[in-house]
Amino acid sequence: MATYSTNEFRPGLKVILDNEPCSILDNEFVKPGKGQAFNRVKLRNLTSGRVWERTFRSGESLEGADVVDLTMEYLYTDGEFYYFMDPNSFEQHQADIKAVGDTYLWLKEQDTCEVTFYNGIPLSVTPANFVELEIVETDPGLKGDTAQGGNKPAKLSTGAVVKVPLFITRGEIIKVDTRSGEYVARASKS
Amino acid sequence: MVSTRARLEALDTLRTSIRRYFKKQGLVEVQAPMACQFGTTDPALHSVAVELAGQRRYLQTSPEFALKRLLAQNSGDIYAFATAFRDDEVGQWHSPEFTLLEWYRLGFDHHQLMDDVEALIRHCWDEAPAIERISHADLYREITGVDSHASSLDQLKAAASQFGFCGDLDEHRGSWLDALWVAAIEPAIQTRALLVYDFTVEQAALARLGSVDGQPVAHRFELVIHGVELANGFWELTDAKEQARRFESDRSIRKDRGLEDVLPDSRLLGCLDQMPSCAGVALGFERLAAMILGYDQLASVQALAWEDA
Repeated sequence: MATYSTNEFRPGLKVILDNEPCSILDNEFVKPGKGQAFNRVKLRNLTSGRVWERTFRSGESLEGADVVDLTMEYLYTDGEFYYFMDPNSFEQHQADIKAVGDTYLWLKEQDTCEVTFYNGIPLSVTPANFVELEIVETDPGLKGDTAQGGNKPAKLSTGAVVKVPLFITRGEIIKVDTRSGEYVARASKS
Repeated sequence: MVSTRARLEALDTLRTSIRRYFKKQGLVEVQAPMACQFGTTDPALHSVAVELAGQRRYLQTSPEFALKRLLAQNSGDIYAFATAFRDDEVGQWHSPEFTLLEWYRLGFDHHQLMDDVEALIRHCWDEAPAIERISHADLYREITGVDSHASSLDQLKAAASQFGFCGDLDEHRGSWLDALWVAAIEPAIQTRALLVYDFTVEQAALARLGSVDGQPVAHRFELVIHGVELANGFWELTDAKEQARRFESDRSIRKDRGLEDVLPDSRLLGCLDQMPSCAGVALGFERLAAMILGYDQLASVQALAWEDA
């Protein structure tokens, strides 16, 4: 793998720091008037998701990390692993619970999502920004309450719980923003 | 989006306001030459050499040496808006070509010059923040826990790593104090306006040395607002022998770091003993302008940004 110097650090570049794959978020050139040049860098540790702030002498370099993001179709889970398929090659990959993390809450079979591989092994899974899921449990809807005011918890087929307006009923499909975990709208009936 | 005309007018107003302040204070504006026969030995700066009229000349990293030679010729209090060139400096707050506002006050020490800097800032910036004065030692102790004058190299290294510094530097205390500045201090002073004074002797640059409560210090200061260094000033060294020794020490650091050798400015050294006692400061004009006008990068106050020039 190539190495990258601080002046090549751009947002999105994947590097290895402290043996962990990281993605550069921000790189600021800083130089005291009478001192050497440094770079203050923000990186996301791709394993833990934590953001690190590190300072490097300008010109220092880090090894690139073999990290690729692939769009894949989610197939199913056997409880231990989650299975994904590359829609082009039909090749299947299994990701463990650690890599999937809380993303399982937004995974519906046949939906596409993004799988991040590190050295060929799934490191993390990112759901689509919007997913449509069925409500399996919620209090009965209140008639006529279609305009505003109030919401109630609703449990989705994946196990996720989101707040929905009072008029939404069990069995309906709703659209959810996976980044905020918030209800967006009723989905058109499929 | 502010129109080009409005932006240029705001900068013009600021320059006029600065000139009015200096006029009132009795300073004379000087057009300093910026393509000179000598570069700077400062290991942290890279002067660019150019060929002009068949001669090798160096684009100046500041008008300092030219202005000091004028002071030695009894110019009296002077100031200059100078276009300075520093190779390899590009970033949010850096441009390889930028404007330094530099001035010298005869008979001042660095404390009097700090008063002057603060008065200028208040004169041209209605909403200037209140400026705290803090010694270099107090600032490092407060934020990093190290004693900037006395902590050992190993203690400085340990503190730097604790504040997220990765990698290695040379074995100079000054280098590790810089690393701590960038990794620990700057991020911690993003909402403060500070005049930091009495640096360590390793960071003296062109300041005279002195002693405060028995602690040897360099009479140097910096104005730092919201983590951005706006100005650097010295109670100036007027001892040619000591200056020559520092130039040689710069050259040996350059050699250690594998940098190109630079000859000391013999014309400056030849007249430094005649320079009257004074204090001088260089202020980044575009940085100040950006801060006053509410921008967070130099490019916003350059007539045409570096990338676009």
